Amino acid sequence: MAADIAVIRFPGTNCEFDVVEALGSVGATGRVVFHDETSLGVADAVVVAGGFAHGDYLRPGAIARFSPIMDAVRSFAEQGGPVLGICNGFQVLTEAHLLPGALQKNAGLKFRCGEATLRVETARSAITNRATVGDLLRIPINHFEGNYTCDDDTLAELRADDRIVVRYVDNPNGSVDDIAGICNAGRNVVGLMPHPERAMHELLGSTDGRVMFESLLSAAGVDLSPIG
Amino acid sequence: MADAPTDEPTHRALGLTDDEYGMIRDRLGREPNHLELAMYSVMWSEHCSYKSSRIHLRRFPTEAPWVLVGPGEGAGVVDVGDGIAAAIRIESHNHPSAIEPYQGAATGVGGILRDIFSMGARPIAVMDPLRLGPLDDARSRWIAEGVVAGISGYGNSVGVPTVGGETVFDECYADNPLVNVLCLGIMPSERLVLGRAEGPGNLAVLLGSTTGRDGIGGVSVLASAGFSDDEADAQKRPSVQVGDPYEEKRLIEACLELLERNLAVGVQDLGGAGITCATAETAAKGGSGMDVWVDTVPQREPNMEPFEVMTSESQERMLAIVEPAQLDAVLEIAERWEIRANVIGRVNDSGCLRVFDREGGDLLGDVPAVSLEDEAPLYDRPREEPADLAERRADSADALAAPDDPGADLLELLCDTSWVWSQYDHMLFLNTVEGPGGDAAVLRLKHPTTGEDTGRGLALTTDGNHLWGAVDPRRGAAMTVAESVMNLAVVGARPLALVNCLNFGNPEHPEVMWQLSESVDGITEALAAFGFPCIGGNVSLYNESRGRDIDPTPVIGVLGVVDQLTTPPPGTRLVEGGRLVLVGGADPALSGSAWAASRGHRGRGELPSFDPAAVAAAAEAVRELVAAGLVLGAHDVARGGVALTLAEMSVRSGVGFTAARLAGHANLFGESSGRAVLCVDPDQLRVVLDVLDARGVPHQRIGVAGGDRLVVKDQFDLALDHATAVWRDRLPDTLGTGTTQG
Repeated sequence: MAADIAVIRFPGTNCEFDVVEALGSVGATGRVVFHDETSLGVADAVVVAGGFAHGDYLRPGAIARFSPIMDAVRSFAEQGGPVLGICNGFQVLTEAHLLPGALQKNAGLKFRCGEATLRVETARSAITNRATVGDLLRIPINHFEGNYTCDDDTLAELRADDRIVVRYVDNPNGSVDDIAGICNAGRNVVGLMPHPERAMHELLGSTDGRVMFESLLSAAGVDLSPIG
Repeated sequence: MADAPTDEPTHRALGLTDDEYGMIRDRLGREPNHLELAMYSVMWSEHCSYKSSRIHLRRFPTEAPWVLVGPGEGAGVVDVGDGIAAAIRIESHNHPSAIEPYQGAATGVGGILRDIFSMGARPIAVMDPLRLGPLDDARSRWIAEGVVAGISGYGNSVGVPTVGGETVFDECYADNPLVNVLCLGIMPSERLVLGRAEGPGNLAVLLGSTTGRDGIGGVSVLASAGFSDDEADAQKRPSVQVGDPYEEKRLIEACLELLERNLAVGVQDLGGAGITCATAETAAKGGSGMDVWVDTVPQREPNMEPFEVMTSESQERMLAIVEPAQLDAVLEIAERWEIRANVIGRVNDSGCLRVFDREGGDLLGDVPAVSLEDEAPLYDRPREEPADLAERRADSADALAAPDDPGADLLELLCDTSWVWSQYDHMLFLNTVEGPGGDAAVLRLKHPTTGEDTGRGLALTTDGNHLWGAVDPRRGAAMTVAESVMNLAVVGARPLALVNCLNFGNPEHPEVMWQLSESVDGITEALAAFGFPCIGGNVSLYNESRGRDIDPTPVIGVLGVVDQLTTPPPGTRLVEGGRLVLVGGADPALSGSAWAASRGHRGRGELPSFDPAAVAAAAEAVRELVAAGLVLGAHDVARGGVALTLAEMSVRSGVGFTAARLAGHANLFGESSGRAVLCVDPDQLRVVLDVLDARGVPHQRIGVAGGDRLVVKDQFDLALDHATAVWRDRLPDTLGTGTTQG
């Protein structure tokens, strides 16, 4: 049976169906779960999709962390379930303190949409366990607040614990230490600013997002052998 | 408006003429009261009624077997196969953007989206053709930054990708930018919804935002008059609406859910003229009437007058006509999406729009719905070709001195617009195969409900050229349609339908009405020759500043279809070793060209000869070659001529070229229609030339791609690095790397 992935939808989320399509192309079933639910159902993994949850009012993710579904996401994460926050989802996970640090406005104070090249920095995370350190992945970015920041101790800890998952080769937003994605201490919760769901099809210019979703399924204990 | 000077009659302060006031009095058989006058003033405004242009718009060909809805509804709709219908519309938000660039542009996006989802379609793409003042003017830079930030701030957040557009800078738009916006939506064919208020007793449910004092009289005060001086313009600022993309996002989801579940008889957006327009339009189209209870409209501030409630242009509102039995289900959807929903009236069979202070209360206004909607004045305004036309036409740009350094002139024309579109989400929904920056956007066509990929694509292009229009509005408009057709051809698409946004000056100037009429004829002639229809449009008049009308600027949007989308289109690029083929025959006339304008020669001479049949043949041949995968790169020839086409292909791909057989600057910079440059693999060259010969399409081998220089023999020799830097840095250097808003 296909893996069942809960894709969280807040009012203002806009990438949820793109994530469902991307999951479908690696053989998994994305199931959209509205923010007012209190249960994820029986899910193998969770994706907090991108967009503008609650309009990004106050600041991105600040209101979303109080949505009813977030309690369920928190317990799922605490039990070791794989959770991926993409873009606004990353912002939500930092606001919910499932990941350290914060995302501030891009250096240059402009929204940026375009291609980015990421370097895989660790294979020990829920989205890189099928990748190799040093792999270069072309994955689009699309954000105004993608400039990752944290205090010095946190940064030292992220480095020491090998929790920086991917870095930008050419930093587009001023992120500290070129950080594009990080994971928690348990390595099951990952925040990622770029959009791997936008890199799943030759017609769209890159298929480098596949390895991230395949890794997510591996982290969920799904047998990927038929997918290859 | 309530504070109009007492010595001026109310109707004039509201923008109505004495004659129009007389028409209203005759229609009602009595003096209208203030509320009624306010409603007529917005509904009979140029913006809502098209009173100066309707008589001309009737000439467009509007029919084809694939047209499901033509002009006159919220959007035009065509059948694109596989049970999918595509809705498309173009609008202008020129005047609000001149006054308050961020909100003006933002609310332009919001408005066009509502037009699309009110038909039942999910908006999947936006295009933003922008025309802005010169970069060396501080106010124009402020407008440019604000407009782009507004589109970015609203469009990205509301969750619809902006997949293309145009960015043009010219002195004629200095105080009056043209901010046009096109939206494409798709729906299952069977879901098509029209804004009709049918069935007396059905309820009018207002969805979305509260109603405030923002944007009162926007259509009559702003959009239907020119600009005079800065101080007066500043006073118009409160007539600009303020947008909330998050409200709109929830409104889209709620309305689409409501239509998907068949819970509404009709849905209408509230744009210009607010509740008055939505209720009058739905009632008039449904052949019914409507009662409206003012006190039931959620108001943003206390003590609003009924005329303010009825004419406010507060954003993010929709009107749904709902059978009483379905009301609870509608309210439940609204609650889930956290949007307001209030019953504000009821469909009646009186044929009249009746405004009450509350249900069963005092009757404040009572006018026939059709008198607001269909009986607006229709003007055949005087039109007159310019008195000096013959003299102007005799002054050809071909007589200008040849450039000393054509390479320097070419560099002046190069401009990378990615500063603009990198601020737009152009990838959402995973459809964008070819995004902004190319000749046309190409989108995967997936079924709107099943998500199934049809294996086909939709293509979109927007085009306009005011320099052509200034020389000859008729041929210039036809050449613009031709440019659109070629832009589609180079991405392998054939045209299905056209929408247009006719941006002109003051219609009270006979020369402007002549320009408008000529442009309509030019578009009409081109459509007849190319064999596809016009399914909608918008007219923006009074585009003028300090007494000077803008150059005639019809902006054309064309939807095309790619029959087989298995690989991305070749793109506007060069590939090392590729052979360069110029397709199409040229008339090397320079009048109307960007090069001539750089010499101060504008609006004079005659445009290159134009043969629509030859353009159609060339475009069809190019489309076939692209579809067959026989070209490595393809780019149309338009502004800047062959020189700019080659240079753009070069800087975009980082590959130089060496060309010959382009003798004389007219062959470099002339903008004759129906041409494209193809970059072809040497092994495929014979096949390509054979196809062109078989189609009888003129062509010329002009050179080879490769190296790190841009060379046209005996004309120029530029370093690729230098050209690339000039191209890339122009906008960032001028507009900066940061924005101050949004």
